Amino acid sequence: MKSWASTRAITGGEKGLQRREPLWQRLHIDPWLLLLVLTLAGVASFVLYSASSMNMAMLYRQGAAYAVGIAVMIVIAQFQPRFMQRWVPFAYVGAVLLLVAVLLIGVQAKGAQRWLSIPGLMRFQPSEIMKLIMPMSVAWYLARRELPPNFKYVCFSLLIIGLPVLLILKQPDLGTSLLIASSGIFAILLAGLRWRYILGAAVLLVPAAVGMWFFGMHEYQKRRVLTFLNPESDPLGAGWNIIQSKAAIGSGGVLGKGWLQGTQSHLDFLPEGHTDFIIAALAEEFGMVGVCLLLVVYLLIVLRGLYIAQHAHDNFSKLLAGSVTLTFFVYVFVNIGMVSGLLPVVGVPLPLISYGGTSLVTLLAGFGILMSIHTHHKWMAQGR
Amino acid sequence: MAKPIHLKDHSKDAGIVRQRLLLAAAVVVLLLLALVARMYYLQVIQFEHHSTLSENNRVHVQPIPPSRGRIYDRNGVVLAENRPSFSLNITRERTPDVPATFALLKLLLELDDEEIERAQRRLMQSRRPFESIPVMFGLDDEQIARVGVNRFRLPGVEVQASFVRHYPLGEHFAHAVGYVGRINDKEMQRIDQVAYAGTHYIGKTGIEHFYEDLLHGKVGYEEVETNARGRVLRVLDRTDPVPGRDLTLHLDSRLQAVAEQALGKRRGAVIAIEPETGGVLAYVSQPGFDPNLFVTGISYADYGALRDSLDQPLFNRVLRGLYPPGSTIKQLIAIAGLDTGTVGRNNRVFDPGFFQLPNHSHKYRNWNRGGDGWVDMRRAIARSNDTYFYDLAHKLGIDRMHEYLTRFGLGTRVSLDMFEEAAGLMPSREWKRAARRQPWYPGETVITGIGQGYMLATPLQLAQSTALIANRGVWRRPRLMMHAEGVLPDESDTPDNIELKNPDDWNFITEALEDVMHAPHGTSRAAALGAPYRIAGKTGTAQVVAIAQGERYDSASLAERHRDHALYVGFAPADAPRVAVAVMVENGESGGRVAAPVARQLFDAWLLPEEEQIDEEEADEVTAEVQP
Repeated sequence: MKSWASTRAITGGEKGLQRREPLWQRLHIDPWLLLLVLTLAGVASFVLYSASSMNMAMLYRQGAAYAVGIAVMIVIAQFQPRFMQRWVPFAYVGAVLLLVAVLLIGVQAKGAQRWLSIPGLMRFQPSEIMKLIMPMSVAWYLARRELPPNFKYVCFSLLIIGLPVLLILKQPDLGTSLLIASSGIFAILLAGLRWRYILGAAVLLVPAAVGMWFFGMHEYQKRRVLTFLNPESDPLGAGWNIIQSKAAIGSGGVLGKGWLQGTQSHLDFLPEGHTDFIIAALAEEFGMVGVCLLLVVYLLIVLRGLYIAQHAHDNFSKLLAGSVTLTFFVYVFVNIGMVSGLLPVVGVPLPLISYGGTSLVTLLAGFGILMSIHTHHKWMAQGR
Repeated sequence: MAKPIHLKDHSKDAGIVRQRLLLAAAVVVLLLLALVARMYYLQVIQFEHHSTLSENNRVHVQPIPPSRGRIYDRNGVVLAENRPSFSLNITRERTPDVPATFALLKLLLELDDEEIERAQRRLMQSRRPFESIPVMFGLDDEQIARVGVNRFRLPGVEVQASFVRHYPLGEHFAHAVGYVGRINDKEMQRIDQVAYAGTHYIGKTGIEHFYEDLLHGKVGYEEVETNARGRVLRVLDRTDPVPGRDLTLHLDSRLQAVAEQALGKRRGAVIAIEPETGGVLAYVSQPGFDPNLFVTGISYADYGALRDSLDQPLFNRVLRGLYPPGSTIKQLIAIAGLDTGTVGRNNRVFDPGFFQLPNHSHKYRNWNRGGDGWVDMRRAIARSNDTYFYDLAHKLGIDRMHEYLTRFGLGTRVSLDMFEEAAGLMPSREWKRAARRQPWYPGETVITGIGQGYMLATPLQLAQSTALIANRGVWRRPRLMMHAEGVLPDESDTPDNIELKNPDDWNFITEALEDVMHAPHGTSRAAALGAPYRIAGKTGTAQVVAIAQGERYDSASLAERHRDHALYVGFAPADAPRVAVAVMVENGESGGRVAAPVARQLFDAWLLPEEEQIDEEEADEVTAEVQP
């Protein structure tokens, strides 16, 4: 079955082999994505300058993170998708082992155990690596099966997703585990998961959740879930941020108060104004027009990513590109949704804008994967 | 058409993915439109609302702390309440120059250096942003006026009326009720910060600590608009706090007062338990201290005085005082002897004034040097005969003594709701091997029979073991709380009841204990003189300094603090017990002469109607009338 597959793939589009490719393609860079990323970098520097109360040091650090991220993106783009496909299973096992190590010997900070520390060298977050490995792993698994996946394959894919997600939930890190779970689930959905499974899952989940609520949970756990779902019921804790960020967004109006004129963010009423809640600072100063322009940039990135997925030459690349792109969109939607009070508060940054180097580098590494898929046209065959 | 081989159709698979990608693009656009709609709602439709909140005014969420539940005794006498008091609050964010502000306050309010230092320390405690912290308490009218007049020079400073815990009965219930104090950094880590927003106090000891969750209540909050200087302009929304539950205790403040008076100036502990319910009626650890000192933060001088006092007023003797129980456990050893069948009620032992282990020369002495001659169990208890119990202990062995005494609560935490109870020590072979790395010696078994050696018990444990006899072995953990507005104490961890093979042994032991009080040869007959009811009791002394072999006890030569502790346990009325008591008088020397009369006064106060209570002179006449 596998050998048949490879012969069939070889028959397609070998004309380009001899022809001299455009410069971008030889550099393995997608100019459209690069342009959009640089646009966001420009937006980020303006918003961050204001939201951090004109803290230049912070701006320099973010600039450095951008430089590192773009370098990582370009380096990853040089690898052929086939290379990734070959090494994914090992990478998956390695990343899971790192996650186990985090729980056993990890470093604790702010009540969560998320970091591994190499003494004298660095601290890093294995869950960030998992953000890249997860869509690859599910894509690798499903690309070699017949689509749409049957029940057995779906179950096994869910197992691949569930193991690292549980490990990350234990750290605990709800935001990251949510992003990683969705990246894996997107791969399954894109692989054509049958509607009856999707409906079946929904039908099964509802009574399970209701049952848990009435029989399986303590009063304090119920309270915690309620505050999570409706933070405004707890204005002294989680709700404080939401009340303040809504006031910041709402007071921006259509055109905004103007750059550096935001009162909510500048008077420290807006907590986390330069990290997770930065969209509120942007909305306050640049108004609805500013938010819509930003959303347009995000939409263009997502559409470019889906275009790359659409034109990828094999199912592994298609699933991988699609899942990376949609996960990027989840960042956007969950972040803006939570800051504007539509969704519960989970720690998800606004991609490429929020202050913080780790998620920036991971996101740009994801774009590197997209570029690799789009520019390695020579690669035709399915991996063995 | 039959499918001979199952083949992977790549063009079909790719088509599936393409379709899904298009679907995904559509969903992405829809969700982005939802975000735009949300922005439109917030920024266009609700613009006016948010604009007012944000531009001219600032929205604030202020916690409204719940009022802490009060604590009552069984008759509704207030033991802990909340009193309005004016405090000086500082909000750090609104105070540009904190040192200058303190300097000005020092001048205005005529404070000394220590007071200023304490206030500064309070301001340093962790808190939420924009939370105002009380740094001084109990401001008087003049101080309030001075701050008010100088308000423009004191940004971020305000005088606030708040409630401060107050213990009207002061030191009388300090050890039982405990006290609240300011939340310290360690507690800050442990508590739910939201639930304690605006609350600056937390239960530190006693009932205040144990029932913190019930007493605290639920925080409320109001959303307010404030101007740039932090003055509240308008309340937007308010959720009322839920006050904490009021606690009603079993304690009886009248009985408590009787116990304290009976103890007089002496150091010691008195505890009275209602056997049927386990309710603690009196709980005295003397000397006490004024818990009100601790509420807003005790001064160095006051704390030093309490801590360094030779009398140890901060030491909870009822709960944490560990004493060799001495003869007050002989009745328990007797029960073990009967129930295991080791001895019969009428087995007799000859007491020449001492006991010797076979093949050992060491003489274990009876307190009565001359010896009591032939004694049976009942007489041994009444006379508190040491020789009989040396012999019984030797026959029982440490293993069985450990088993029975543990069932009576020795060496275990017996209370239901008392904070930081000491477990005491009921020695066993395993304990000695683990703690001392030594085997158990037969001589140690012998002295365990009279409550000496390694054995240590708290007055509470002694009272509970007595209540268990009064209750015929039915366990009720001693508890202070009767109820908290319908919430009852949690009984789930009650130990197994003690069931004797011959239940009549309970009666037999009770009769022996009655002999202690009422028989002509009883060791405590003086304390029961004239009682119109029957008392079952047992005296004891706890050695403070071990007596070397052959040396005679000479109390005059020992410093007062090296004298024996006087112990007494008992319950009354013997046939239908309503109260069980343990009394410990530090360095009181004689259980019968010093501790038992204290218990007698408690029995009288609890069992006799107030008008019938008699003082000792009248006792003889009354006895003649009441007794059949």
